[in-house]
Amino acid sequence: MAQSSKPIVWGPFAAGGTLTAFLTPALMVLTLLAALGYTPDLLAYERLHAFAGSWLAKLALAGTVFLTLWSAAHRLRITCYDLGVRADTLVATLLYSAALAGTAAAALYLSRI
Amino acid sequence: MSERRVELEVLRYHPETDAAPRFQRYSVDCREEWVVLDALNHVKETLDPTLSYRWSCHMAVCGSCGMMINGEPRLACKSFLRDYQGVIRVEPLAHFPIERDLVTVIDDFMAKLKRVKPYLIPAQARALEQGEYRQTPAELKRYKQFTLCMNCMLCYAACPEYGLIPKFIGPAAISLAHRYNQDSRDGGRAARQEEIAAAEGVWECSFTGACSEVCPEHVDPAAALQQVKIKSTVDWYLAHLMPWLKK
Amino acid sequence: MSRKPYLREETMRWVFRHPRYLRYMAREFSCLFIGGYGLLMVWGLKRLSEGPAAWRSFLEVLQSPASIAFHVLALGFALYHSVTWFKLTPKALPVQVGGEFLPDGIISGAHYAVWAALSLAVLILAGAF
Repeated sequence: MAQSSKPIVWGPFAAGGTLTAFLTPALMVLTLLAALGYTPDLLAYERLHAFAGSWLAKLALAGTVFLTLWSAAHRLRITCYDLGVRADTLVATLLYSAALAGTAAAALYLSRI
Repeated sequence: MSERRVELEVLRYHPETDAAPRFQRYSVDCREEWVVLDALNHVKETLDPTLSYRWSCHMAVCGSCGMMINGEPRLACKSFLRDYQGVIRVEPLAHFPIERDLVTVIDDFMAKLKRVKPYLIPAQARALEQGEYRQTPAELKRYKQFTLCMNCMLCYAACPEYGLIPKFIGPAAISLAHRYNQDSRDGGRAARQEEIAAAEGVWECSFTGACSEVCPEHVDPAAALQQVKIKSTVDWYLAHLMPWLKK
Repeated sequence: MSRKPYLREETMRWVFRHPRYLRYMAREFSCLFIGGYGLLMVWGLKRLSEGPAAWRSFLEVLQSPASIAFHVLALGFALYHSVTWFKLTPKALPVQVGGEFLPDGIISGAHYAVWAALSLAVLILAGAF
């Protein structure tokens, strides 16, 4: 039996799981504050636009979007199987493609900032 | 000594006469300090000699008497009657085919166990006159916990992924492979990776963690499997992104 | 002796067999909210790239009751993801020091501490206070 190439999809899942564990709650608090009308300084247009203008920030944002979407896609794939959806190849293709498409879109928007 | 009347609901299946398993109720007088296995033995001795189940040591060493007790995989010899209220439902280990009553067919596990080569494959063969293979206490500690597995298969009954994907090599077999991979005297990891790093190997694990929760010996198979995943992932990226490192 | 092994069909009942499976499902369902939040980030970047007016309307959409409800729910699941992830980290990455393994609590605790410090730093740098 051959060794699986599952590490291709599992590696970014593990990295994304770790990143979202450290970072996502704080990000959610920021947008939740904005949602409640207490917009943090960073989310004012000028500051955020200037922040997202630097190459380092662009790279970090694109990386965060990719790892967030990928780890969620991978988990959802397994959850679908757990819940009895047996078309794993189809589910995997759809979800991973969606994660990649979301990342590509984020990269495109970042390039316009 | 105090007694208690225990209601047992046992899954029965006789392949000669039954199309499907059915529950049978037994009402037995038990001693307060008995375990479920004692109650089953009492049923077999006094009420129903046709009841079939596996057991041997009665002291949580042999790993034979694993069964579902109120839906949870447990050793019958380690499950005290006083910890249960009402009817105690006893079924064969989940996910395994039923041979008869509480006896399961374990061929699948035995075949998988063999496939992962759970024995020492010396990194360097030594002649007798070269003396023993030496190991420091720290090197022993690296794998000692994983040696405690007694193949009771409770982890397979707890693992939803094994139930969903019967080809999955599963917690105990992969943990035992990991036990030898972690052994400083061993050189068989590459051979074992052929099985445990395959698609049906560690990659079907979704880290439910149930295996470690039900393990009567605290082997912590879930830990072993995550360590195997990380090592296999590092292997893969090194081999594909830095092929010049390949030996 | 005739053999006729009987295999009981695996149903979705396992989810309800023990609370641990429900906890596992809750952990896995966090991906819907974290993934949803990832998509929200992509949407936000789109609006940010379209100028001040578009960004202002994005902030207005954020203030809708549906968005507030999503945020509260998503934050709950995200916290659950963080707690479970760091709780399980010592299993995946055990650390052996001088022969003995570090207790799980030390490895988890270090992760929780870094998480708290990092979150605080993000909130302060973003001017949340």
